[in-house]
Amino acid sequence: MGRLNIAASADDRPDDRQRSAIDKTEPAAMQTDQILMTFFAGVLFLGVLGFFLGRSKAARVRASGTPMHSQPDQYAWFTVLSAAGPAMVVAMLAAIVLGLFEDVFPGWLAVVGALGLGAFGLFVGLSRVRPELRARDSLEGAVKWVLVGAASISILTTFGILFAIVFEAIRFFQMESFWYFITGTTWAPGDSFLEGAGRGDGLPEASNNFGAVPLFAGTFMITVIAMLVAVPIGVSAAIYMAEFAPSKVRDVAKPVLEVLAGIPTVVYGFFAAITVAPLIVSLANSVGLDASFNNALAPGIVMGIMIIPFISSLSDDVINSVPNAMREGSLALGTTRAETIRSVVLPAALPGIISATLLGVSRALGETMIVVMAAGMRPNLTGNPLEDMTTVTVSIVSSLTGDNEFESAATLSAFALGLVLFVITLALNTVSVLMIRRFREKYAVSNL
Amino acid sequence: MAQSLDDISRQLKKRHRKSARMKWLSMAALILAGTFLLVFLGDMLVKGLPAFQQGYIEVEVDYSERAAELPLAAVEADYRDLVSRGYLRLIPGRMADDESLLGTTQTEWVLADDAVDQYLKGRKARLKDKQIEVLDRLAEEGRAELRFNTGFFTNGDSKLPEMAGLASAAMGSVLVLIVTLAFAFPVGVMTAVYLEEFAPDNRFTRFLEVNINNLAAIPSILFGLLGLAIFINFFGAPRSSALAGGLTLGMMTLPIIIITSRAALRAVPDSIRQAAFGVGATRWQTVRDHVLPLSMPGIFTGSIIGLAQALGETAPLIIIGMIAYIPDAPTSFTQAATVLPAQIFTWAGMPESSYVERTAAGILVLLTVLISLNVTAVYLRKKFEHRW
Repeated sequence: MGRLNIAASADDRPDDRQRSAIDKTEPAAMQTDQILMTFFAGVLFLGVLGFFLGRSKAARVRASGTPMHSQPDQYAWFTVLSAAGPAMVVAMLAAIVLGLFEDVFPGWLAVVGALGLGAFGLFVGLSRVRPELRARDSLEGAVKWVLVGAASISILTTFGILFAIVFEAIRFFQMESFWYFITGTTWAPGDSFLEGAGRGDGLPEASNNFGAVPLFAGTFMITVIAMLVAVPIGVSAAIYMAEFAPSKVRDVAKPVLEVLAGIPTVVYGFFAAITVAPLIVSLANSVGLDASFNNALAPGIVMGIMIIPFISSLSDDVINSVPNAMREGSLALGTTRAETIRSVVLPAALPGIISATLLGVSRALGETMIVVMAAGMRPNLTGNPLEDMTTVTVSIVSSLTGDNEFESAATLSAFALGLVLFVITLALNTVSVLMIRRFREKYAVSNL
Repeated sequence: MAQSLDDISRQLKKRHRKSARMKWLSMAALILAGTFLLVFLGDMLVKGLPAFQQGYIEVEVDYSERAAELPLAAVEADYRDLVSRGYLRLIPGRMADDESLLGTTQTEWVLADDAVDQYLKGRKARLKDKQIEVLDRLAEEGRAELRFNTGFFTNGDSKLPEMAGLASAAMGSVLVLIVTLAFAFPVGVMTAVYLEEFAPDNRFTRFLEVNINNLAAIPSILFGLLGLAIFINFFGAPRSSALAGGLTLGMMTLPIIIITSRAALRAVPDSIRQAAFGVGATRWQTVRDHVLPLSMPGIFTGSIIGLAQALGETAPLIIIGMIAYIPDAPTSFTQAATVLPAQIFTWAGMPESSYVERTAAGILVLLTVLISLNVTAVYLRKKFEHRW
């Protein structure tokens, strides 16, 4: 390293600093690693031991001619559960307590305690392996509770998101005014930092730096552009696939469109920033308009392309589920295909199409990478899509990747914005689900 | 109002024309969407393919005492600026490793500076006239050429475009996906088994179902906030680590795996279950020995699709700090790591224009991996699909 540094150019220094920063965090992390490894190795050992001891005891009893309630393997698993179960529960509780209150007791103590309890459980479980023990029933009950526990994790995730966001957002609103956040038109987190550093002279008065309206406006503008691209193309493509296309075309077209949905958003962001934005700038210049390289149009259009498959796929399913009798009835009256589609099929499928559109809107609102890479960073309240605008998600990313302290209002503002995003997307999804349910019930469709 | 036959047939013609117009218009929309895909892929190929080649030049490297102190001295003054600084920096280290090099002079093909690389690819490069003269002469003598860029796959990130590669990000992605799978697969399958095979139809079950559907629709960036607040601030997982990233993505992948696994379990006909119950199996025995094995292909397919989505995800990982500059591949789950899409994001933000082709090449690699994952999933489904 020392010799390398002789030749080091300015480029070299950042990675040295990075390396030493990593080295510093290493010891604590390694300790956690070791504690976890010890614990899992211990539980594994207890489990394997329990399995073989339990099975051999059950087999011995059975070999002696006593009829048993369950199979030897079931007694074996019973022993495993009575050893590993308590150990796991204690370890999980310890992890939560350690997370809540730092360093109330050392991590190794938790491991020793959990494994000790596990050994005790092993002993008790083994002593209970007797012919009259209904090991199969206990096992069945245990399996059910493990499954319930696993299922609860998804609920915990939702509540985790909710609490994490709400908790930090409340801290933010203790520092800054909620009302100004919703209605204010100045978004300048940087100024609040200067104020904190005592250099806020000459800036607008305190607590007026977090007015999120320009961010909402930017998000709204880009979402509208995206939907203007995605809805007409998506719905038309769905109409073609469901009503006109031969089934072979449909079989090919649907997966091809899904590819659009499978492309990572960071890739779309690069495409928007490198290819589409310059194209729009030169187009605008050629008709005498002034466009920023971070204009809202480029991310909007590219986001629209990304959303096409979300809309076309669901709309296609919905149009397909409109009962054929309705089509045939209309055609029998002498209408053309287009007239049937326009006045019979589409009205029937409308709830589903609206539902697809709402899902698309919620995608667009929460989309991050495309706007981070292609939209601007400047909060800008304007109606001109050729200017640079920023969005809610961009502000979340920039306030969490900056050098601000976590406790500062600038960082916590990310959670307030996240809360807004959470509430709006949740509302959109709920409405969308309700609409699709109404459609499903009306036409008795089961596969949506 | 009486209409003549001519009027009616004219009207009819008009209506049919209108109908045909609707057909062509809707077809055009589909074609337009397909064209977007083609333009996009074409654009990435044009931008990214050149990065798979890298400029090399042949120079005499003088391994003198002086070069060990000052690596610049190893190469003739004329060529000094044409050679990658990254290569020059390695010279003292190589001389320390291999004593026999000292005092020798060798003609070697060495990695060229990125400006030279760009010039060899026929692009504008920030080279002085004199350098271009030297370079043209080298090219004429066959001492400057483009070769396959192995460094792109074996190097980690670098501040020098010609040295930057995907290896450390790829390793990071593998570690993250291992954590994601280790968390989301068992939990997801168990949840699906509970909902399909065990759960009674009560309020808790219905709440669970609504909750899973909502989880699937929450914007990914909010999962990043969750990861930051819970895993990093609360549980103290190391920032930027594969552990924190993998768990965050695991929570995101969970609903996908649950939903697809449920579909796979539902596809197993009830006669199988009833036959098992009929010979006295318990519910868990039925599920373990009959239902799960039969639905495994479907579950794997869904999990692969979920993994592919997790592999392409960037936003939540940025929130938990996985865009650090990582020159060396991480070796443990708690080390700072970065992932392929985050590497692409970092390169896309680099000011040097030569990073553009690296970014596009990284995108091509990522897309190739994603497509092969999805093709595997489709293949699995086709191969093991069982029509009852």
